[in-house]
Amino acid sequence: MTIDRRPEIADPEGTTVKRALHELGFTETTAVRMDRVIHMEVDGEDPQEVKTRVEEMCRQLLANPVIEDFTVEVER
Amino acid sequence: MRAAVIVFPGVNCEHDVVHAIRALGGDAELVWHRDTDLSGFDGVILPGGFAHGDALRTGAIARLSPAMVDVARLAAEGTPVLGICNGWQMLCEAGLLPGAHIANRDLSFICRFVEVEVVDTGSILTRAAEPGQRLRIPLNSYEGNWVDPSRTGRVVLRYVEDPNGSHDRAAAVANEAGNVVGVMPHPERATEELLGSTDGQILLEGFLHSLVPA
Repeated sequence: MTIDRRPEIADPEGTTVKRALHELGFTETTAVRMDRVIHMEVDGEDPQEVKTRVEEMCRQLLANPVIEDFTVEVER
Repeated sequence: MRAAVIVFPGVNCEHDVVHAIRALGGDAELVWHRDTDLSGFDGVILPGGFAHGDALRTGAIARLSPAMVDVARLAAEGTPVLGICNGWQMLCEAGLLPGAHIANRDLSFICRFVEVEVVDTGSILTRAAEPGQRLRIPLNSYEGNWVDPSRTGRVVLRYVEDPNGSHDRAAAVANEAGNVVGVMPHPERATEELLGSTDGQILLEGFLHSLVPA
């Protein structure tokens, strides 16, 4: 799953990384967002069911609904 | 009248808080985070530190602790609940205060005295202080940058100079009723001359005056 801070919420780390890239000459970088990716192994047969469960994990713990959104991808 | 100071694995200010409360003539007792019954306590303090090593997000794991169920109950009943530093982060994660905390604007761990101004005396933290009063209190945090997309937070202490990017220069925020407060600088570390400031006393006295028998 990818957990990303909503665009309207500041991302001080992303801002710092962007600044560092500019110092290296990569001045074409106009925005950097430091999203989080969580890899997880889950028991289950039905991918849709697994996805629903993992989305619930995001809602209850893995993402902070006040400032973050999430997307879940399931691979067999 | 007695305050519970909840001890989560990884917090490190619990003894300072108990010491400061007792030095002011109050009564405080350490309570393990797995205890489920806070009846008999007239107030709660969530101390600062690094509960669960700040895994996932600051306060995200701590808010799942069994004791937090009773903390939420007491908060809803109007009992004073004060979160200091990491404790404020827990209160946000638990949904007892609005907003969330992100890394300081300059990505620096800030550990120094800051000056805060009292802007609202209608809370358990600020009730003994005067509006406009300035206090010198140590700040000690990396995720002190409070964001409030809901725009519902009630700022009760404001940094005189913005140290970390916190929305509205908020150093302390209360719920609407004023009985739940989160504060980023540490009032308990400014309660004796030896510590460099006694300005935290008036804040903890406000908390103590707010305690009424359960």
